[in-house]
Amino acid sequence: MNAPLNSVARAPVATRNNAARRARMLRAALPAVSLVVLLATIFIMQPRAMSYMGLNLMLNLAVPIALATIAQMLIISVNDLDLSMGSFISFVACVAVTLLDQHPFLGWLALAGCVGVYALLGALIHSRNLPSIVVTLGMSFIWVGGAILLLPSPGGTAPQWLQALVRIKPPLIPLAIIVCIVLGLAMHFFLMRSTVGVVLRGAGGNPLAIAKAGWSLLRIKVAMYAMAGGFGVLSGLFLVGLTTSADANVALRYTLLSIAGVILGGGEFVGGRVSPMGAVLGALTLVLAGSLLSFIRISPDWQIGAQGAILIFVLALRAAVNRLEVRPL
Amino acid sequence: MSTSSLAALRGKPWLWSFLAALLIWVATLVFTGGQGAGALLSGALAFSTFFAIVGIGQMFVISTGPGNIDLSIPANIALSGALGMKLMDGQDANIWLGVIGVLGIGVLVGCGNFALIRLLRIPPIIATLSASFILQSLAIAYGRSVRVPPPEGFYTFATGRVFGVPYLAIVVIAVAVLMGYVLTRTRYGRSVLAIGQNARAAELAGIRVGRMRFATYVLCAVFGSLCGLTLAGFSGGASLGMGEEYLLASIAVVVIGGTSVAGGFSNVPGIWGASLFLYLLVSMLNTFGASAGVRLILTGLIIIAVITAVSGRKNARA
Repeated sequence: MNAPLNSVARAPVATRNNAARRARMLRAALPAVSLVVLLATIFIMQPRAMSYMGLNLMLNLAVPIALATIAQMLIISVNDLDLSMGSFISFVACVAVTLLDQHPFLGWLALAGCVGVYALLGALIHSRNLPSIVVTLGMSFIWVGGAILLLPSPGGTAPQWLQALVRIKPPLIPLAIIVCIVLGLAMHFFLMRSTVGVVLRGAGGNPLAIAKAGWSLLRIKVAMYAMAGGFGVLSGLFLVGLTTSADANVALRYTLLSIAGVILGGGEFVGGRVSPMGAVLGALTLVLAGSLLSFIRISPDWQIGAQGAILIFVLALRAAVNRLEVRPL
Repeated sequence: MSTSSLAALRGKPWLWSFLAALLIWVATLVFTGGQGAGALLSGALAFSTFFAIVGIGQMFVISTGPGNIDLSIPANIALSGALGMKLMDGQDANIWLGVIGVLGIGVLVGCGNFALIRLLRIPPIIATLSASFILQSLAIAYGRSVRVPPPEGFYTFATGRVFGVPYLAIVVIAVAVLMGYVLTRTRYGRSVLAIGQNARAAELAGIRVGRMRFATYVLCAVFGSLCGLTLAGFSGGASLGMGEEYLLASIAVVVIGGTSVAGGFSNVPGIWGASLFLYLLVSMLNTFGASAGVRLILTGLIIIAVITAVSGRKNARA
């Protein structure tokens, strides 16, 4: 099951298992290792970044991206893909600086509605067996349209409490790090360790088996999409807390970043193979890659390209590790 | 309705997109009282051309099976537009240089995409996505300097019309006919469809799956590059955000045109029908006086409605 049998059939069983286990551990460690290497490089280039202030500045904007990545990961674990994540988060940001600020009740209602829309999307995609890519691309138009209607020109003000919330300075460890750790751990225990989590991931790994065991695939998809919507809302709220104002395009690049983060973190597009810890680490890696480039004074023109290059590099490493797993020597 | 005409309709899924386009065209004309029928059609042909050319490329990629998709099209368009305009440098004498340069970029991008997919064994979505990050950076770094206008001759070609039909549309209709022939009548096209239906079976039947996919990604990238070049010529210069809307558009026209997203069942005429539909839809909403926000929302809703209806039809058939 763990490794294709034909290529390793002759290896003694014990060695094969050991080698396969080592390769799997290596793959699981890859996201963390890449992050540590990146952090170390940054600290060597710019020792002042190794302070509370420095980490706070570098990692603050990572939190909304990490939340978006977790949202994307939930969708990916049921074998779908959300290409509207960025426009959805932009829409949430626009709701937060308009409705939520002026009419808190309406604002919360709208945000709850957003989660409801995501749940409906999950139901629609599952019951009509639609390609999620096309449906979410269509949704991205709807979110951007809604955002433009709410906030025709950039501006608005984030609610005071929200601004205060994201600016909390806990002693010793910056808020961004605490949030990321809590997020990663909570999702890890929920998705990887709990019974519910196994069923939810199973819907991506072997839907037939899950359905035969008596679970409703429809309810699983609705639940996953609704949770993804919830994390998208959190991401948008955290983002406007930091930026204090918004525009309809504020988070568009989150779509690609969130997908890249999930894959960097060891997730795969099909089969329910995802890793919440990895996803958070992947998001941090992408953000820090940007910081590193500004420290070595590479023009911002190349930032997004370098993120692409890092993505390719990590994937190349993973391909090498996977080959090790198949042909352990 | 007789069963034979129903069967004919089922055999031609692309008819729906033309019907929808026609319906919207008529609705717009009813609203304007018949004014500007020709101008609307002429404009639709001009703008749909760009959707159609990227759509054809994307269709071939999608045909090769589930998971195959090219997300690097927008970045490719931006880069190709910038490169083409720079190489031409506003001189008619340099047009050939720009065209060759852009074709070269297309081939390179296609090779790069496929190399990532093949060598790193990563899903095409993430491979073309990472490639697009790099292309986007190249486009930003390369296209940052002053906007170079297209050479006079190229501009005239890109915007010219004969009897209201844009030259470009004529060329791309010819390309569509050619690619339709390639898809249904040639060894390559049949191989692409066979791979999309069952890659394993295709391989056992002796089709070089890797080579065919390679050719398809190069084809798609070249079409994307050509779209970038002509779009830059058409709009009087390249701009960075020029390709953004083509990610959705390229996928939407494939789906609305009646091609199966799961691969293996494709048709070229539907790409044109869907391209006309997409443009006419936006212009209809404009005519009705809808604001940008409302227009976007309705466009999104209609795309979702179409995909829902289309897949419903497929389920009924299965």
